[in-house]
Order: sequence, then C-alpha cells, then structure tokens
Amino acid sequence: MIAIVKYNAGNIYSVYCACRRLGYEPVITDDPEQLRAADHVIFPGVGEARAAMEYLHAKTYTYANGTSESLADIIRSLRQPVLGICIGMQLMCKHSEEGDVDCLGVFDAPVERFRPTDNTLKVPQMGWNEIAAFNSESATAAGVGNRLLEGIADGSYVYYVHSYRVPVCANTIATTEYGEQYSAALHKDNFWATQFHPEKSGSVGERILKNFIENC
Amino acid sequence: MLAKRIIPCLDVKDGKTVKGVQFVNFRDAGDPVELGKQYSELGADELVYLDITASHEGRKTFTELVKRIAAEVSIPFTVGGGIHELSDVERLLAAGADKVSINSSAIRCPELITDIARRFGVQECVCAIDARLEDDGVWRCYLNGGRVPTDRTLFEWAHEAQERGAGEILFTSMNHDGAKQGFAIDALSRLHDELTIPVIASGGAGEKKHFLDVFEKAHVDAALAASVFHFGEIPMADLKQYLADNGICVRR
Repeated sequence: MIAIVKYNAGNIYSVYCACRRLGYEPVITDDPEQLRAADHVIFPGVGEARAAMEYLHAKTYTYANGTSESLADIIRSLRQPVLGICIGMQLMCKHSEEGDVDCLGVFDAPVERFRPTDNTLKVPQMGWNEIAAFNSESATAAGVGNRLLEGIADGSYVYYVHSYRVPVCANTIATTEYGEQYSAALHKDNFWATQFHPEKSGSVGERILKNFIENC
Repeated sequence: MLAKRIIPCLDVKDGKTVKGVQFVNFRDAGDPVELGKQYSELGADELVYLDITASHEGRKTFTELVKRIAAEVSIPFTVGGGIHELSDVERLLAAGADKVSINSSAIRCPELITDIARRFGVQECVCAIDARLEDDGVWRCYLNGGRVPTDRTLFEWAHEAQERGAGEILFTSMNHDGAKQGFAIDALSRLHDELTIPVIASGGAGEKKHFLDVFEKAHVDAALAASVFHFGEIPMADLKQYLADNGICVRR
C-alpha cells in the first residue's frame, strides 16, 4: 500500500492521480497506523514552510498508554521508503529560511531562497529544467543513490515551481542549474526527496515515481 | 537551463472547448480533457483552461472537468475564470489545478492576490492582465474579457500584483489578440525587464517566427496561444524544433 501524507499543503490530489495513472491505489491519510503500515509513503505538497511545520507539530496523537506524538515525529521515524516532494523535501531538511523555521532534520541541509543578482533570473523558478545525476559521498557509499533515477538520462526535463532551494550537500543525488547548482534530489537511508514535481513532469516524472514505488 | 514554455490556452464553456477570436465569435475545438492529453503528448509545457461560463451550474461542471484533467493529464495546468474569492481558489486547487489565474476580480479586489499568496503560496496565483494601448499612448487595463475599461494601467498594476504576491503575470495585449501579427514585443520586454516574477506573453501569435521574436526580443518566460494550436496551424513539435534550431532553450 502507498500512503500519501495528508496535511495542510496543496497539490496532494495531483500526486494521488499520478499514482493511479501508474496503476496504484494510494490512500491519503494522517492516521499513524496507516502511515506506519504502508509499503511506501509519499510526503508531497505545495505550501509555505512555517505554516506547514506548525501544522505537523500541532497535529498530535495520544495513545491508550498515555504517550503522545506529533505528525512531525511520525514522519521522522518512518522506516519504509519515504519520498518527499517539493515543500515535502524542504520540510525534511534542517531549517528553512521561508518563515525562519526549524524543519524535520532528516537531511542535514538548509533551505534558502534563490538570490538572483538581476531580473533575468526570475523567482519563483517556474517551469521545466534539466536534471543531472550527482554522486555525493553518501549517495555513492549507500550504493543506492541512482535507484530513484534509474533510466533517467542526464539532461531530462522535470517541472519546478519554487522560490527556495537546498544547496548541493552530502545527500544530493541529482542537481539542477538555476543561477547556481542546487539539489534536485536527495537521499539518505530510507528517505528520498525531489525538489521538482514528478507527478507533473510527464513521462520522465512517471518513471521516477515508478522507480520509487518499485525500486526504492 | 530553464526552458522557455509553450502554453496552449483552452477556453471552456459548459464543459466544451471554444476559442474566442478578438473575444467574440466562438468555434468549437473539441473535448477539453482529450485536447489537453493530446497537447501533453505533443510536447506542450503547460496548459491554461479558462472557464467562460457565467452560470452557477456551469461552475460545477467546470470543477468536475478540473478533476478529470488532473486525473488524466501529467503536465501542469492553470485554471481561470469565475474566481471571485478564496473559496473558489480552494475548490479548484482541491480539484487538482496547479495554479489559478485571476483577472477582473484581482483588479476589483487586489487583496485577493495577497490572500491567495498567504494561504496557498506565491506560486499558486497567476495574475492575468488584459490591456489595450490607447491613442494617448497608455496601456489601459480592461475588465470582463476586454469589455470594461478601468483606471488601472498595465505597468503600475503589474508591479502592484507582484508586490502583493502574484507568482506570474499573464499579459494579453488586446491590440494584438486575434490579429495573428505577432506579440506586443515592446510592452512585454518592459514587463520582463521591470518585474522579478515570470512573464507569460499572450495575444498575437500567428506563425512560428512570432514565438521566436517574443523569446529573443522580449525575453519572456513563456508564450501562450490558442487558435494556432487548436486548428493545427502551428504543430507543437514543429514549433519546438524551429525554436531549438534558432537557439531558444525548449523542452523536447
């Protein structure tokens, strides 16, 4: 079963539709048991970092034995493959400049605004840009860095809509150029993430989603 | 490199696609979902669906259509028309639209842009502007599909929309729309130079050269057209090939 994390971000239905086009029937849920039981979890979204983090902390669950945890705790502690998309990826990083907020800290990397030096580089970056595989130390060491991007040629176009980006870091497995080189995709342990929207990236995006569901 | 986008625009009335020539006289150009899928397969980078239905019943039909588009089309699409308040935006985004385009309602109530940006993020709101270059040399903004003049002018309004949190400006020159003599290069060039958000050119596409001109001379991020695509006058693949051959970065 594929679980899509339900929270206060947009674009969740598009991810659901993309999974269905691949022949899967995902559930959109914020139920801890369903999230923990899923074979794959997708953490998608379009939104604002501070509002999203506040929601993830405020959404709490209290159990019969008296313990409680938040949706943020649950996402952080998932053991199955998790794919963060766009704001989902940014929320999995350490800190976001958008709203100056601490995030989940899965990836030890900051989220910062694009800083264009002139008007030729528009913010938000909106549209199709190329990705290229990137062998960071951690991607190579894990030996699994390219599973998500299997069959995706360097220079393939994917769809982006964002004003903030993650610099190239130890978890980077793909990069894109927009005034500078930044992280197009990240990987660490069971966590994967893309800054672009595979659910909106035509056949290239469908292959990446399929790779996540079937290879990761 | 970020590719220049080619965007077919589909006007929708009662669930069917129509195309306005100079904003009147409609001709049928097919089923919106099938047309969208075809454009996606042919290499369109994005789609815009404009709901031109006036009735409440038509709005419901359009929302159902948006759900079908989201289910079947794997590229981004923007929806516009009949968006008056935040709840309209919420309904359309929940139905799977990637962005909303607001036009008359933004001029009537500029706070709507601020509210959308705050609630859903700056990337969600496309501010569409219909303007006409008047005899006195001023680009005047119009409401209601170009029927009602306002006291707003193109450049000051575009700046305000940007400050309020619009993610893109979609500018249609009423002087050029439907004439097929090329885009409003000078005004588009000025918009591109002055704004920090992306600009989409609309109105005037008649041949491939017009797209090359608008990217080369006005440096806009995207170009939108309708009839030249709907009636097969410019095949999408030919256009992309032509632009690439002339040094424009396009997705193929």
